[in-house]
Amino acid sequence: MATLKVSSSVPSPSDDAEQLRTAFEGWGTNEDLIISILGHRSAEQRKLIRQTYHETYGEDLLKTLDKELSNDFERAILLWTLEPGERDALLANEATKRWTSSNQVLMEVACTRTSSQLLHARQAYHARYKKSMEEDVAHHTTGDFRKLLVPLVSSYRYEGDEVNMTLAKQEAKLIHEKIKDKHYNDEDVIRILSTRSKAQINATFNRYQDDHGEEILKSLEEGDDDDKFLALLRSTIQCLTRPELYFVEVLRSAINKTGTDEGALTRVVTTRAEIDLKIIGAEYQRRNSIPLEKAITKDTRGDYEKMLVALLGEDDA
Amino acid sequence: MALPLEFEGLTEAISGMGVDEKALITKLGSSHKEHRKLFRKASKSFFVEDEERAFEKCHDHFVKHLKLEFSRFNNAVVMWAMHPWERDARLVKKALKKGEESCNLIVEVSCTRSAEDLLGARKAYHSLFDQSMEEDIASHVHGPHRNLLVGLVSAYRYEGNKVKEDSAKSEAKILAEAVASSGEEAVEKDEVVRILSTRSKLHLQHLHKHFNEIKGSDLLGGVSESPLLNEALLCLLKPSLYFSKILDASLNKEADKTTKKWLTRVLVTRADHSDEMKEIKEEYHQLYGETLAQRIEENIKGNYKDFLITLLSKSD
Repeated sequence: MATLKVSSSVPSPSDDAEQLRTAFEGWGTNEDLIISILGHRSAEQRKLIRQTYHETYGEDLLKTLDKELSNDFERAILLWTLEPGERDALLANEATKRWTSSNQVLMEVACTRTSSQLLHARQAYHARYKKSMEEDVAHHTTGDFRKLLVPLVSSYRYEGDEVNMTLAKQEAKLIHEKIKDKHYNDEDVIRILSTRSKAQINATFNRYQDDHGEEILKSLEEGDDDDKFLALLRSTIQCLTRPELYFVEVLRSAINKTGTDEGALTRVVTTRAEIDLKIIGAEYQRRNSIPLEKAITKDTRGDYEKMLVALLGEDDA
Repeated sequence: MALPLEFEGLTEAISGMGVDEKALITKLGSSHKEHRKLFRKASKSFFVEDEERAFEKCHDHFVKHLKLEFSRFNNAVVMWAMHPWERDARLVKKALKKGEESCNLIVEVSCTRSAEDLLGARKAYHSLFDQSMEEDIASHVHGPHRNLLVGLVSAYRYEGNKVKEDSAKSEAKILAEAVASSGEEAVEKDEVVRILSTRSKLHLQHLHKHFNEIKGSDLLGGVSESPLLNEALLCLLKPSLYFSKILDASLNKEADKTTKKWLTRVLVTRADHSDEMKEIKEEYHQLYGETLAQRIEENIKGNYKDFLITLLSKSD
């Protein structure tokens, strides 16, 4: 469930655009105003505001935000204001660049979105970067990582609930055999993970647990701690079967005692606020005995904190 | 009593590709049963005399032949009426059922359609078969070309006009090395699969130019020992040449049953794309010295012929 709070009667996009304009006027920026508006609008509404702002003032709202804001807060606003497809395209593109490369982010975008969301991301990628997402991912990854990530970002999974139990049993057995021999990069394992529907994959791993007495993720813990590919494989399976648990783990590492990984925190909150942040928050609290909002407010401050809290639906606006 | 049947004409009407429905109606329809008996006795290739029981029965292959030839028009019409996405989804499904020898069909569909049309075929696949196209292919194709095929159908290529020339050049080198050193295994080389299944068609055309300069030979001249790889290159870079070649093969009198079906498939699936059809017609004419329309007039009969000619004329 989403955490975003939008009131039942919102001002018109032109009123919002006008208000935002005032937030930029004069010295400094009225970040509270920005949060109170953008932090409480749906994707469709944000799109209209952006359009109206451009029509009225001849500037892209995002460019203005870029000029006026800085650091973590700006990043949060930027990611939030982009349409989901563009946002994912931006995250994927960054993840292929040298200084910000991240196989994990690529996998996260590919596996935690629906088929049509991933498709929108690929379309937005064409428009924004004049290339296809898969060609960039292919070009900038190598070896086993490429073997896994390219099919993942190219997938267009069937989204129905139909499941073939015989197939689930066969493929559970196949996976078990490969994992026993530590063939984590096996072609068939990758084939199953990157082409089967999520319903089918869930059925397969349920079968795996029934037939072999342990959860797949437990089986994958037996490997080498330094094996980055194994770690990615585990996360892939987690994203495909229990995305909320994956995100809880990401948030935990992001908000741990030794500093905050704002990039990851911002990414999770902005990409899930309209999807399942509520469920993620509930799981987070279950595992950490502290509400997500508290953990975030302990570790962040200023407008950045306010924005995140707004997206969590916990502010008073 | 009506005139005796003109054997040659009647035989002609049911031989070759398609069936001359008009001739059958006029010549056979009002015929007297004695004349038909004479026809059966005289047509040893279609009927065999059962002397013991005193009647002439059909050869098995005659019945099959008629069924096939009568159905060409039917199949063309049904295929034509279908949504292009459904057409392509069904083609891929059929190819998978047939097995390894039909992999070329998958290459054809995935490489000659636009990004949106290929995507549409994948959507139709979900709708028709409750699975994704890539999962079906991945689980039914084994062997070295699986990765290439899955990659080709999963592509959602950029279709704009930006190209990175230096990438095209370096990838031409990579491709050159791969086909020179790997023989048939070139088709499964990671870099080959990556380049062919992710790059835009425009990028590949620039790559083509660089390849030819580096090697002094044409990338499209059957440069690799893997026929599937060569076909993919041809489909991606010069579909009009690819289609001309298979159309010609399908119009060959000695062609087998499967090959002859290519004619319907190509014309029905490309007829709506006027620009492409124009190119195919030009290429065909250049290669074979006659026009496609002429060739069809010579070799095909009946409603099937008329239908194909009509499809062809959409792009005149």
